[in-house]
Amino acid sequence: MARIIAGIGTSHTPAIGAAVDNGKTEDAYWTPLFKGYEPAKAWMAEAKPDVVIMVYNDHVNAFDFKIIPTFAIGCADEFPIADEGWGARPVPIVKGYPEFAAHLVQSLVLDEFDITIVNEMQVDHGLTTPMSLLFGSPKAWPTRVIPLAVNVIQYPAPTGNRCYNLGKAIKRAVDSWDEDLNVVIFGTGGMSHQIQGPRAGLVNTEFDTAFLDGLTRDPEALAKIPPLTYLRDAGNEAIELVMWLIMRGALGDKVDEVYRIYHVPASSTAVGGIILETREYHEQHKARSAA
Amino acid sequence: MTAKQDYEDIPGTWVFDAQRARKGYHLNQFLYSLMKAENRKAFLADEHKYLLQYPMTEDQRQAVMKRDWNTLLDLGGVSYALAKLAFTDEHSYQYMAAEMSSMTQQQYVDMMLGGGRKLDGWRSKKERGEA
Repeated sequence: MARIIAGIGTSHTPAIGAAVDNGKTEDAYWTPLFKGYEPAKAWMAEAKPDVVIMVYNDHVNAFDFKIIPTFAIGCADEFPIADEGWGARPVPIVKGYPEFAAHLVQSLVLDEFDITIVNEMQVDHGLTTPMSLLFGSPKAWPTRVIPLAVNVIQYPAPTGNRCYNLGKAIKRAVDSWDEDLNVVIFGTGGMSHQIQGPRAGLVNTEFDTAFLDGLTRDPEALAKIPPLTYLRDAGNEAIELVMWLIMRGALGDKVDEVYRIYHVPASSTAVGGIILETREYHEQHKARSAA
Repeated sequence: MTAKQDYEDIPGTWVFDAQRARKGYHLNQFLYSLMKAENRKAFLADEHKYLLQYPMTEDQRQAVMKRDWNTLLDLGGVSYALAKLAFTDEHSYQYMAAEMSSMTQQQYVDMMLGGGRKLDGWRSKKERGEA
């Protein structure tokens, strides 16, 4: 049986990917961030997931405005890297898992989440920046990836509650796949940031800290945060944090936080990263470590 | 006819909602075209001629040529699509964000290094006496 072992929440700021691509990770500006992600990378190297479900958003790269799917799952064999306007990032092509993705779509639609199926799609920094942060710069990515794109660009994004419940349905879908697979689910974007207009550069550390704490303490309360609160208190683009709630919903009732990083700034963004193990995986892991 | 939206009280912000997306559709389709290197080149060679291919308003075309970012937001441009125009000029996203907030790039970078813009004073138009 396939199982979700952990969730990763992480920002996907494009400047982070650009710093990797341009060899700037050891510049003074970037050192605290990349040093901060080292333990997360080490965790990932040990966890070795077979599949990553990457909840992210496209930034007008795969989807222009002809069609705006609220939730879309990439069912292709592979996903080329988009040229977002400055040339494609020099990172490996992303390999999908069409059979498993098709199962997820089928299960989710019957579970009353009307997912858009995408059979050809390029992926942008929303997906590749988290890959670089957690997997480094290998020749080929060491895991298959199922992209789950969420519309957070055109208001309204799906509500936090809808996202949290979608996460629960993803857990049911993964649990019903009869193959021995370890799955890690990512929720990406955020944290507080605004990248447009005279209010650009907004950061709200209190909001971000409460959000990170809430993921273990009271995710139900996070799921009730209304859209206006994200936009007003944490910045126009902080609405991306609803994607973290999909990740959180997929982990079951109890989770154990095993790592956290918070750093300001990366370009215009407050960066947060968190690793949440499912209670089951956490207990097994502890037992293994003790043995 | 319009409906008053609660987020209209947020200062210094254009929420990209369905009405704004409708106004900005062709503007954003133009910006989307800048994902291709040959289109970036053709645009820079003769901006107005290139823009005439898209049925946007002349106000939108003029704002593109002036790189008048906040006007472009008001006319329905979405920041991620506008970024492609900044990249076409070989500027960073941060450059565009600094211009949008009337700061030099250095001032903007310094503000971010200092922990970013605080919410105090930027919470509400009503509180700022703007509405």
